[in-house]
Amino acid sequence: MEQNKRVQNGHYYSLTRNMLLVIIIAIMPMIVVSSIILYEFEISYHEKVYAHLEELVLKHKHNIDGFLKQKLGDIRLLGKTFSYEELSDESFLRDRLELLQEMYGPVFVDLGVINSRGLQVAYAGPFKLGEVLYSNEKWFQAAMKSDHFKSDVFLGLRGLPHFIIAVRQNWNGAQWILRATVDFVAFNKLVENIRIGETGFAFILNRKGEFQTKPLFDITPNKEPFTDFLKNGKKFKGGVRIIERDGASGNKVIYVAALLKHGDWLLVYQQNATDAFSDLRRTFRVTIAIILLASICIVLIALVLSKKMVNRVALADQEKQIMNEQIVETGKLASVGELAAGIAHEINNPVAIMVEEAGWMGDLLEGEEFKEGENLNEFKRTIAQIQTQGRRCKEITHKLLSFARKTDSRIQDVQLNDLIEDLIGLSVQRAKYANVNINMNLQENPPTLHVSLTELQQILLNLINNAIDAMEKTGGTLNVSSELEGDYIVVEVADDGPGIPEANIGRIFDPFFTTKPVGKGTGLGLSICYGIIKKMGGDIIVRSTMDVGTTFRVKIPIPKNEVQTGN
Amino acid sequence: MSDRNNSQEEKIRVLLVDDEVGFADILSKRLGRRGMAVTSAYSGTEAIQTIRKKDFDVAVLDLKMEDMDGLKVLKIFKKAYPEMLVIMLTGHGSEKAAKEGMEYGAFDYLTKPCELEDLVKKIHEAAHKGR
Repeated sequence: MEQNKRVQNGHYYSLTRNMLLVIIIAIMPMIVVSSIILYEFEISYHEKVYAHLEELVLKHKHNIDGFLKQKLGDIRLLGKTFSYEELSDESFLRDRLELLQEMYGPVFVDLGVINSRGLQVAYAGPFKLGEVLYSNEKWFQAAMKSDHFKSDVFLGLRGLPHFIIAVRQNWNGAQWILRATVDFVAFNKLVENIRIGETGFAFILNRKGEFQTKPLFDITPNKEPFTDFLKNGKKFKGGVRIIERDGASGNKVIYVAALLKHGDWLLVYQQNATDAFSDLRRTFRVTIAIILLASICIVLIALVLSKKMVNRVALADQEKQIMNEQIVETGKLASVGELAAGIAHEINNPVAIMVEEAGWMGDLLEGEEFKEGENLNEFKRTIAQIQTQGRRCKEITHKLLSFARKTDSRIQDVQLNDLIEDLIGLSVQRAKYANVNINMNLQENPPTLHVSLTELQQILLNLINNAIDAMEKTGGTLNVSSELEGDYIVVEVADDGPGIPEANIGRIFDPFFTTKPVGKGTGLGLSICYGIIKKMGGDIIVRSTMDVGTTFRVKIPIPKNEVQTGN
Repeated sequence: MSDRNNSQEEKIRVLLVDDEVGFADILSKRLGRRGMAVTSAYSGTEAIQTIRKKDFDVAVLDLKMEDMDGLKVLKIFKKAYPEMLVIMLTGHGSEKAAKEGMEYGAFDYLTKPCELEDLVKKIHEAAHKGR
């Protein structure tokens, strides 16, 4: 039994597991498809962000290149338009500077005219530089070699960051240089304005990796990521290079670089990847949360449903088992019934003959010749005893035959209350003798039943008699009640006798099971009741508690039309 | 087998038909002692033969016999001797056959095994009705 239970539990467990597996397999495609969509989305979003950053950097590269070109053009124009003599005049030079500042704002800080020996012959600007000799300065040497020159940012003599635009001119065979200083602050503004998100900013590096602008955040200049770009920059498509590198804090950093100033400078835009893709991350998080939530919901529902399903299967199995047991029980009753009927028939005749023979002896004893017999009375007693026991046998065979074949199973309309009242009436005398009070509590206007009257009588009389028998020694109360319960009317016969021991309760409907002393019961009454009520489509249930009493509940089906009319 | 107490004329003539020999014998003895002229027949066939030879007031007929169905015997009786009254004996639980017999004109039926006194009373009733 225990092992069977374990096997069944295992069976239900594997059933649950299989159902769960099916559902999990069913949601796998959803997860796979979602993952693919997310992956594709990530790629296209990356491309979009990169394209946007490329465009941004290119635009600014053109801006800055344009700015430098324009400033160079201005200075060139100045050098071409006016002669060395004119520009060597400091007041004239100051006028030109004022004009430039008027046009462009404080972009140009100062102007200077330097002769071929590197001596500054004229200067206009805020610093008191005077006749300075630049012959040893690197920028001067570089400027003398080409017709124009733009320096890196440096501190120079004035100690402030600036860079120089210089144009070389010819005057009477001698070369001179017109030099303009571009304000660092004004230039810085060009890249300062490039700001995206929280961590995106731009700066300019020279070929040595030194800052040409002041970066928004305090970072160490590093040209390492762009080494190959600086070398082969012009080969890159669109002139823009995008690199992702691990940053200082372990975050991924995106660098977007473009060459400026004919490859002298590098415009770098940098942003933390998490910041650049923050929208993507957010979308990802929301999507994954939704998928996760949906999956959890599905799995939970699957769990609950499969558990319910398995419970239902278990219940159905249980019902099946009970039904099987009932079939076995019914079969047992039927076969015992047939056997009993056969025996009863066989025994009937010999017993009848015995009784009649004994009767004949009794007849003969009436004769004169026996009147004086010594043991006449003893003979008579013996004959009477034979007849009594014969009648007992007859009673038993009658009951057996009732059990096997119902006496009168004609279906007829039966008024339950009338029937119960009649039966109680029959039992009142016996009950009084056994000191039993009878209470009735009947359903008013019960529906008319459609059953065999004698069979129903047999059931109820049997139960009433049993109840009175149970209380014979102690006396007590017998409660007979009836009430409607759905499609059934339930008759309860309850006694407050000693109750049925638990060991016996499972066997009370078995044929020949009796606890009454030998000669008092055949053990067939309840099993006959059981057979009859089952055949009617009803049921009989027993509840018993030791020293409290026993209640038999007989469920009798109400005919369909009676149920419908709600009678 | 016939009754030995044949002195009185108004003795009721009874034909007892039962294939259970022991039962038929003892019953006929006991009925004989109660003032009846009882003839026993131990099968349906024997009963039909007997009835041709002798007249009877009342027949006591077991419905369940080996050679012939009691109802069939009843039909033959009623056809040959419509005035003869028949009391049927049925087994417990075969009242249906007895009720059928009533339709064929039997006088009454008793459930076997029956009390002798009941049978005697029935026979007297039948005989009284017949006269």
